[in-house]
This record gives sequence, C-alpha cells and structure tokens, in this order.
Amino acid sequence: MNIEMTGINKSFGANQVLKDAAFTLKDGEVHALMGENGAGKSTLMKILTGVYTKDSGTVKVDGKEVNFKSPQEAEKAGIVFIYQELNVLFDLTVEENLFMGKEITKKFGICDKKAMHAKAQEVMDKMGVQIPIEAVMSDLSVGQQQMVEICKALMVDAKVIIMDEPTAALTERETESLFRVMRALQKKGVSIVYISHRMEEIFVLCDRITILRDGSYIGTEHVNDIDMDGIVKMMIGREIGERYPKRDVKIGDEVLRVEGLTKEKVFHDVSFDVRAGEVLGVAGLMGAGRTEIMEAIFGSISKNHGQIYIDGKQVTIKNPRQAIAAGIGFITEDRKTEGLLLEKSIAENIEIANLKSVSKHGVLSRKKQEELVQQGIEEFKIKCFGPWHECNNLSGGNQQKVVLAKWIATNPKILILDEPTRGVDIGAKKEIYNVINKMAAQGVAVIMVSSELPEVLGMSDRIMVVREGEVRGILDGKDADQEKIMTLATGGTL
Amino acid sequence: MDKVVEKNKKSIGTIIGEYGAFIALVLLVIVISCVSPEFRTTSNFLNLLRQASFNGLIAFGMTCVILSDGIDLSVGSTFALSAILCAEMLVHGVPAGLAIILALAAGTALGVISGVLVTKGRLQPFIATLITMTAYRGLALIITDGKPISRLASNIESESGSFLFKVLGKGNLVFGPNDMFSVPIPAIILIVLLLVFYFVLHHTTFGRRIYATGSNAKCAKLVGVNTVRIKIAVYAISGFMAALAGLIMISRVDSAQPTLGDGYELDAIAAVALGGTSMSGGRGKIVGTLAGVLIIAVLNNGLNILGVSTYYQEVIKAIVILVAVLSDRKR
Repeated sequence: MNIEMTGINKSFGANQVLKDAAFTLKDGEVHALMGENGAGKSTLMKILTGVYTKDSGTVKVDGKEVNFKSPQEAEKAGIVFIYQELNVLFDLTVEENLFMGKEITKKFGICDKKAMHAKAQEVMDKMGVQIPIEAVMSDLSVGQQQMVEICKALMVDAKVIIMDEPTAALTERETESLFRVMRALQKKGVSIVYISHRMEEIFVLCDRITILRDGSYIGTEHVNDIDMDGIVKMMIGREIGERYPKRDVKIGDEVLRVEGLTKEKVFHDVSFDVRAGEVLGVAGLMGAGRTEIMEAIFGSISKNHGQIYIDGKQVTIKNPRQAIAAGIGFITEDRKTEGLLLEKSIAENIEIANLKSVSKHGVLSRKKQEELVQQGIEEFKIKCFGPWHECNNLSGGNQQKVVLAKWIATNPKILILDEPTRGVDIGAKKEIYNVINKMAAQGVAVIMVSSELPEVLGMSDRIMVVREGEVRGILDGKDADQEKIMTLATGGTL
Repeated sequence: MDKVVEKNKKSIGTIIGEYGAFIALVLLVIVISCVSPEFRTTSNFLNLLRQASFNGLIAFGMTCVILSDGIDLSVGSTFALSAILCAEMLVHGVPAGLAIILALAAGTALGVISGVLVTKGRLQPFIATLITMTAYRGLALIITDGKPISRLASNIESESGSFLFKVLGKGNLVFGPNDMFSVPIPAIILIVLLLVFYFVLHHTTFGRRIYATGSNAKCAKLVGVNTVRIKIAVYAISGFMAALAGLIMISRVDSAQPTLGDGYELDAIAAVALGGTSMSGGRGKIVGTLAGVLIIAVLNNGLNILGVSTYYQEVIKAIVILVAVLSDRKR
C-alpha cells in the first residue's frame, strides 16, 4: 500500500502542532518517523488513521484521496496503529483482548471459542511468542502486553502497521522477536511506520527515515545516505555536540553502602557502595531485578535481609518517608503511574515532595511556593504556560523534568534514577544528563539504572551489572564496553 | 520569563465549567423567585440556609473523603448514632457540654473505624463504609430499642448547659439596626466551617496531601506522603461532621430517633458531585460543594413552596443533577 500525505495542517486551539507536514510510505518498506517529542509524529499518524481530523492537506492511499473518520474505518482499509500507551483491557484474557469487537461467532452471536483459540494460537506462533492465551492481561509483563497489542494488529489483515515506540518496554529477546516478525511482515508486502527514539534500532531495521521538527516536514532520507549525527542535526536543527557531556568531578567519600541486601526470589546478597560525586550505572536485562533492588533501598518494597549505611551509619528504611528523611531521592521508571500527579499542575507536583520547605506549621506560604516552583521551571527549562500548567499536557521530556525538579528541590544526598531518559527525545536527554552531572558536581551520589547501554557507558564512573537478582560484577567505567556488560548480563564471565 | 505567564487564559467555556454549579444556583433562585413571592423573602432565605446546614456539614466532610479517592456511605448512620449517644448521655444526666464533646468524639471515632477498614483492612471504600453504615444503624436501633428519645432539653439541669444544647439548632444570631437580621446558628456554623475547610484544603500541607492521595496514591506515597494516615484522617473528618450535623438536628427537634439521617449520604454525595468534584478523587473545590448543597436546598424549599408534589420533586431533583453534572463534564 502506498500512502502520500501532503500539506497537512492541524491545530489544537491556538497551538498549531502540524505545519505543512508531509509523509510518503511505499509498499513493503519499514519507514522510520523521527523527531523530538512534540514534533508531531503521533499527531500526523493519528490524522492518517482517523483519530484526529486534519485542518487542511491531502491524504492519498494508492493514489486515491481518503478521509478516514475513525480508526475503525482506517483499520478496514488495512491501516492499524499500535499506540505507545497500551490500549488493552487489563481484566480480560489475552484471547478476549485479541478478538475484542471482532469475535468469531456462530449463530445468534454465540462466540466460537474453538475457532478463536486456533486463530489466536496461529498468530502467536507466527510471531514466535509464547504467551498463554487464557492468561489475564494484568498478570503479564508490560513487554508481553505489548506483544499482544502487536498480535492484535496482525489479526486483521493489516497492510500498513504504525508502531509508536514499540520497544520501549520490551526485553532484548522480545525486541529481537519483534524485529523478526517485522521483517517477515515486510516480505509479505506489509509496510511499517516505525516511531522510535532509539537510533540503533533505526539503522538495523529501517529502509527510509522521515524527520519532522516543530510540526513541519524536514526531509526523507535512505538509511544508507545518512548517519546518526545527520539525523540528530535534522531533528533539532543544530548540532548537539557531544551526546554524553563530560564532567570533571572529584569523587569523595562513600555516601551509600548496601550490604547483603536480599529479597527472597527477587534478588539476593546485593552489596555495593556509591561515593559522593560518583555516578554508578546499573545495567542488566529487563527483569533482572534492578528496579526491585532500588525500590528496596528506597523502602517502597520490603526486603528480607541486608543493611543500608549512609555516611557510614546504619539506617533503617522501611518506607519511602524514612528514605527521604535519610536523604534519598528516587526517580521511578514509570513517570505516568508513579512519578507524577498527572492531572495536577507543575506547581503542585514540585511542591508535594517539598511541603515542609514551603510551609510553616503546616500552613503553605505563597511566597515560598512561588520561589520553589519558579526556580524549578527556570532551572530545568520546563516548556509550559506557567506553574499552573497541567502535567497531562506536557511532553514526555518536560514531564520527566518536572519529576527531576521535584526531587532535586529536596536536596538529596543520594539520587536514584530508574530509566531516566525512557521515551525522552534527544535534546531533553542531554538536558537530563547535564542535570545528573550537575548533581554529581554538587557531591550527590548518583545511581542510574538504564537499559540503554550507550547511555550507561557514556555517563557512569562505575557500572554494576545485575543478572537474575545477583550482582555479576562492578566494572570501571573506563574499561567497560558493551560486550563486557552483555557478557555479564547474560550469565557469562569475563 | 516571558514564556511563563501567571495563569492560562481561560475560555468562556472553562469559566462556565468551573463555576457551573454557581451559575445553575443563581438561575434557579431567579426562576423560583419570579414565580413565587413567598420564596424571595429574607426569612425564607434564612430558613433555607438552616435547612441546608445539615446536608452542608455532611457534604463538607464527604468532599474530603471523595477528594482522597474514597466515599463514605456511613455518614447517615454516624449522624444517627452520634445523636443517639448524645441523647442517651443527656437522659442519664451527663452535663450537656460534655455530652456534646463526647458525641463529637464518638462520631470521629466511627469515622476512624471506616478509615482503618479502608487502609489496614484493604477494603474498597464503598464496601467498607457500606459495612459501617449497616453496623452503626444497627447499633443505634439496639441502643434505643428502636424507640425515639424525646424531650431532651428538659433533662439538662444547668442553665448554661440547656442554653448550649438549645442554641445549636434553634439559636439565631441577631444583629443589624432594629435587629433586622436574625441568622440561624446552624447557618453560622456552616459558614465558619466553609472557611475552615477552604483554608485547610487550599492553604495547608494537609490539604495538599489529600489532593495528592486522591490524584495518585502511588506517587504520593513515593514522595513521602503517609497516605494511610491521610485516608484515616478524611474519614475521621467525615465522621466528625456527620456527628455535628446530628447534634444540630436533635437540638432543633429536641428528640433523637434511631432512623435519623437515613439516606443523607446520598444527598451529600449528590451535592459533592453537583459541585464538580471528581468522583475518582484529586479534583474539586469546597465552594463547589457549597453550591451543590444550596442547589439541593433551593430545590427542596422552592418546590415545596410552589406546592409541587414530593413525588415529582424527586424526579425534578434528578434532572437538575443530571444537567449540572453533564454540563460540568464539558470542560
């Protein structure tokens, strides 16, 4: 299927999100759609699939002009959109999700379970994934849920599949099998629009790249004709310079030491330390227990054994309140469900972690509130209409900056960041790295959990590799490389 | 700095959405005033305020609970049980002041029980308070053996105690030239508590924590909010407010029945919903709840004066709530 979108304009209120945007898709190609957060990638694709209506412009499918009025209409024409935010019914089974709204029925609307079961199994097999069809969605991992979403797209005979950041929550293995499926689909003539911030994937997977910036079409290139720096330059309109900014910080005394931390069946005998001004990277495969170790240190989940020392003194941390009192800040992996009060303003989000410092005897001080929030917005360059801007309407990068601002205002001694740049565009990423460096320069001990190896390598003084709940090794940042980390993460020895 | 403007420019639509309940209230008052000269008298308005105070006090407590992403069905039963306890104490010669304080404390404790069931017991707020609602009503019936306790004031020996008990529900604050204004004490209590709730919800850390807990409890917990304590506190507040309303009621009618306050939880929830508070917590304003309370009171009072049959009144009330809630959703 060939798609040609030209001269697309779209405004939400006074905010013009697409200005003369364009996009072409050829039969059987994998086409990357790139741009910073807020560049209009998702909006453009939502216009194609009838989620939004365009203000002006034309959309042609195989030469004929179309105007899909709903995603269902687009789906009938063979265009399916797999959203970044999972669109699944968590209380239902995999099978029920797969066939939602398109159940195979016998007479009188009675479901033909056998036929559905067989079809579901067939699609799963084609994908090479093993997910029990009777399982309830909420019992699956995020990665598995994502795979079900992709299977759902394959249930209808899609000719064009649009994937918005599909690998953000997938494990290495799941990503590989997704890529395998994508290539198989491509061979059958299915075209794929691939939206991702992961440069490495783009070069492995895609044929062409279209870049949007601030809602406008910037250009389309073959992957062979462009390199990473070229893409970045097109995306942000300038050179970004060093991807991982250097820092020159003298590493001080030990701030945090963890000894023999154990939670049965999740992680055992985890010991490490972090020093003032140091960034400790934590690498490992998805599900290795990295997040859980951090949660146990922060007191948001319980542990069975182990001691935590801060500045050489043993501390008791049984809940986040005690952790915060001890000087720990924790930027969680999932900013939407854990990091933010989404429907609340930037001001309220920054203040909620700092209520003591903006109040006296429990009464809020307007002046202190304004100071705190204004400082956060300016320091982190949060793009917004003002302190009362609702976090819901911020881009991913700006949301993450609000979370950072909130925690950094608490003046932590130890800052734990879990996947701090997930779903964040390249410009905002660098700003986050700068914040990390600044914190380190101020003598904060930083722990950064990340699944992006280049990021771990680029940012860490030392790298701790976790596999199946065990620390497999702590590498010096200077000697580490991707191969060494992956060897440890997958169970090998150096 | 030029990018950071103080507030979003608000469209007319959002303004209507935000103050929808007040606009509806004003329209209602205008319409009924036009039709009925009896309605638009000062004495009727003051009377209306007194009628509104019972639901108003309960609805203020309910607002806190709903803001924290809970619901309290037990307020009607707490209203009754606290009133019965106070009445029993008066009958048994407990000084009025002490009886009132103990009854308020009892109401607070009854709320705490609901809160503990929700937090420590991990019950859904709807189920937890359905349980306490049933239990408290049962207790009220057991204590009184199902019979009303009447002529309460006559049991109070001290003059000051008698005055205190009577003034709660029957008193008026008289002021102005030639004593022009005579505002019922329940209305005064309502207004004072409105100010207190407004201050607590919008100007204290406790208020912020209530909103945060209702908006995203997981996130609130991770930034160090003791969500368990907050949740127990809002049910305690709700219990206290229900008890206070109950005491005003028995002071006014000078008797206590175990069936008092039956169905009051629904009026309170309706008022909170009318006032634009989100039923899933985190969003809402106490002044909105006041508007909701007044809408319900104006409807009750106005339709009575107009002589509309009580059967039709229910349907009309339902329609008004529906329209108000639908228009609120548009923003």
